[in-house]
Amino acid sequence: MKALNANISTMSEVSRSATPQSDSPAQAEVTPEVCIRIANFNAWYGSFQAIHNLSLDVPRNQVTAFIGPSGCGKSTLLRWINRMNDIVPSANSRGTLMIDELDVLAQTTDVVNLRRRVGMVFQKPNPFPKSIYDNVAFGPKLHLYLSRAELDELVEWSLRKAAVWDEVKDRLHAPALGLSGGQQQRLCIARAIAVGPEVLLMDEPCSALDPASTLAIEDLIYELREQYTIVMVTHNMQQASRCSDRTAFFFEGKLVESGPTQDVFTKPQEKRTDDYVRGRFG
Amino acid sequence: MVALLALCALMTIGITVGIIVMLIGESWNFIQSKYVSLSGFLTGTEWTALQSKDIEKAEFGIWPLLSGTLRVTVIAMCIALPCGLITAIFLSEFASSRVRAILKPTLEVIAGIPTVVLGYFAVLVVSPSLQFFSGGGFDTFNATSAGIAVGILCLPMVSSLSEDALHAVPRALREGAYGLGCTPFETAVKVVVPGALSGIISAFLLAFSRAIGETMVVALAAGTRATFTADPREQSQTMTGFIVEMIKSENEYGTVQYFSLYAVAMTLFVITFGMTLVGQLIRRRYQEVYS
Repeated sequence: MKALNANISTMSEVSRSATPQSDSPAQAEVTPEVCIRIANFNAWYGSFQAIHNLSLDVPRNQVTAFIGPSGCGKSTLLRWINRMNDIVPSANSRGTLMIDELDVLAQTTDVVNLRRRVGMVFQKPNPFPKSIYDNVAFGPKLHLYLSRAELDELVEWSLRKAAVWDEVKDRLHAPALGLSGGQQQRLCIARAIAVGPEVLLMDEPCSALDPASTLAIEDLIYELREQYTIVMVTHNMQQASRCSDRTAFFFEGKLVESGPTQDVFTKPQEKRTDDYVRGRFG
Repeated sequence: MVALLALCALMTIGITVGIIVMLIGESWNFIQSKYVSLSGFLTGTEWTALQSKDIEKAEFGIWPLLSGTLRVTVIAMCIALPCGLITAIFLSEFASSRVRAILKPTLEVIAGIPTVVLGYFAVLVVSPSLQFFSGGGFDTFNATSAGIAVGILCLPMVSSLSEDALHAVPRALREGAYGLGCTPFETAVKVVVPGALSGIISAFLLAFSRAIGETMVVALAAGTRATFTADPREQSQTMTGFIVEMIKSENEYGTVQYFSLYAVAMTLFVITFGMTLVGQLIRRRYQEVYS
């Protein structure tokens, strides 16, 4: 019962924090409100240090792209934002990582609650071997006690939001694994937002998809930022420039440069950034 | 060279076909005997093949043997399936590598216990314990103690095959569940187990077939009286138990008792073959393709 109350209060917090933002987008652009604050952050796998003393602010209701060559620590950082690295036994971290007032790295932080506030979409579409409907209803069923009608409504809302409703509405009870890769990935996005998160983490969400599906997902990401703070890891420069507001360039576990996407791509401050976005390495 | 390989392969098929042909042929001889009829065999609830001195009065109804087998098997499954599955879930999802390093070899040791040892364990330990706790309500030889021993026998099979199936569920699915705010327990029960369902079910069916065909434990512990009952405290000769007793008895080739051996073996074969088929169907129907 206590958990249920906590769930509901978090849900309402989400909607409260989201509303003023969408009411005054112009103001938000001048001074973007910080959603995720990372300061002096270090991460290790065993004795290997994957991230060195990194500080970065992720603004609310924008798409922030993490770019950089393989092994630069961008995925590692992403997986610390919702403590997904907890399941990797050798992973370790130190520093500050705050989502609003929530200290993500604190021992006392309720990881289950955190992961409901911070949804995740993975590199390869990973729908559960259940029906399309059950995939989307899975998260809400865990945390909320909804009636059948409310659940139906939430499933439809989530699938519409993820721009996949029209393609699946006639076969909601068909197995999710029968969908195409692009549809599966949008289903995974629907599954993530059905829980009511405020942040969405996307770990190379298009790397396993064909160009047409990639475009559909990119459009979707661009639209979703109105309601969610999105952090996206990508290997694809064009993708970062097409659908992100801000870009952070990582190299060898350090943050080299971050700023508005246009600035990072057209007038980078650092030579390494310039070389990377021009495709000279990585 | 290829011909030699083909010959070996053909031999396997030949042996299988030969055994089946012999089973069918000798069962046919049994049915043809003037003392039995097919319907009497399939529906009869009395089996006194070796008890009656007078062949005219002997009854050949399969149900007492079949029910004996089922009683032992059901009791065995009540132990092997839940314990095996829970062990598998624990090993695959929760156990630290140190616990696993102890538990897995221990299970393999159980798998290595000779069945005859488990058989006299059932007679000398399980049965007296049951007698003691029930105040003498059990026969010395009974379905329950045999069932418990067969269950222990099947346990490592269920747990190791189920663990393989759970292990094969991709990490991406677990991460997906964690990402939605599942606890490790919810992840295991709601995502990993359903994801491994086809493998788990075929593990169950294999264990079931193994329990039905198990011979030594039931020959020692289940008794030699074929009873048509649901009471697990009574003696209950199983189909395999009867075959052992028949072979050891002094009935010669050509007698009805001799041919009844094949009819019982045929029944046993049909059941296990059916289980294998069902297992294949389920695997095809529920198998999830993770690519």
